[in-house]
Amino acid sequence: MLKKVVKNAEEAIIDITDGATIMLGGFGLCGIPENSITALVNKGIKNLTCISNNAGVDDFGIGLMLKTRQVKKMIASYVGENAEFERQLLSGELEVELIPQGTLATRCMAAGYGIPAIYTPAGVGTEVAEGKETREFDGKTYLMEHAFKSDFAIVKAWKGDTHGNLIFRATSRNFNPLMAMAGKITIVEVEELVQPGELDPDMIHTPGIYVNRIFKGVNYEKRIEQVTVTKR
Amino acid sequence: MLDKFGIAKRIAKELQDGYYVNLGIGIPTLVANYVPHGIEVILQSENGLLGIGPFPFEEDVDADLINAGKQTVTTTKGSSFFDSAMSFGMIRSGRVDLTVLGAMEVADNGDIANWKIPGKMVKGMGGAMDLVASAKNIIVAMQHVNKAGESKLLNKCSLPITGLGCVKKVVTELGVFDITAEGFKCIEYAPGVGLDYIKEKTLGRLVIADDVREMSID
Repeated sequence: MLKKVVKNAEEAIIDITDGATIMLGGFGLCGIPENSITALVNKGIKNLTCISNNAGVDDFGIGLMLKTRQVKKMIASYVGENAEFERQLLSGELEVELIPQGTLATRCMAAGYGIPAIYTPAGVGTEVAEGKETREFDGKTYLMEHAFKSDFAIVKAWKGDTHGNLIFRATSRNFNPLMAMAGKITIVEVEELVQPGELDPDMIHTPGIYVNRIFKGVNYEKRIEQVTVTKR
Repeated sequence: MLDKFGIAKRIAKELQDGYYVNLGIGIPTLVANYVPHGIEVILQSENGLLGIGPFPFEEDVDADLINAGKQTVTTTKGSSFFDSAMSFGMIRSGRVDLTVLGAMEVADNGDIANWKIPGKMVKGMGGAMDLVASAKNIIVAMQHVNKAGESKLLNKCSLPITGLGCVKKVVTELGVFDITAEGFKCIEYAPGVGLDYIKEKTLGRLVIADDVREMSID
């Protein structure tokens, strides 16, 4: 019997302890695992290494975990929307590894595909390349980048079934399906949790084999960083 | 001299029918407002959308539907969604015809710096390093000088590099510059801007095209 369904975020993160490496899905605040972040903040675990494209904003998303100094190291591609992050970084309180966004995504993908490393042209000739192995293919230089090793991946999907099959919605997909494949333990929160058979197998973005725990999230705020509208 | 809208208008003239285009944050995003009539381009947003539509009406705002600048957007007929790995897959494999991005500095050999000012500002490279390492055609949209009045068109970038020898063209409020073996080649000057002024404001190697002409943007 498959037993992936847990009651809530607290139960889903029950074995995450100090010093863990955690991937968190989302692009900006779009598609972030809100319930799980709140549970991590409440649990108060420290010295975390977080892998996520961004670091939230000062009072939402991963920004909440930065405020409580729970993050020791942040691996991200863009952190421009978070003043507290920039302050901790420039003062040396927070260890930060900035990596190209495509490299971040592809290192997640490689982990989920069982491939130890990839070659990418992104970052050749820059700080990102320092200390990394390079190789030439067809006259162009590429960097070797390793697949991520992460204790946990925490992602947010739109719909999921109790087998862990997942469907994402619009641009809240972003890093979520990639990180779902890349954690040693993958935790998923969904807006809608359904029974097996209710989702069309052709429409599944992430097959349930990658998912260890799933729960129905509550009270999604889905904060928007920049509401831009067309006037009628 | 152009304002930022003028820079965007001039870059829009580089668009060709059927192009897939990635527009960076800031002035590049404005280019979408000036796509010439009769031309269809498909805008790529690296957070996982091909076919970016206009901003939504207020009642249609959807938190799950944003562009790479984290602004709410819409889809268009024929749009598609995908994950971030596939997004950069289409970028690295050369499917994107034109990339327009901003910069802090550009060197006369096509090097670009736009992600970090050591000790002062760290925002990160986002998708810029992936884009500049792979894109076939990269146009930089930026101000010719920084806030201190210093040229951003240099012999060599002083800030940390984003990519080497990748920029093909620079459009500033003063003119249009191709990156050539001889350095920045001024092919157009903005209305009301003299070539001497451009020379004064350009630190990198500068040559003036034989057929240099005044820019037309309307």
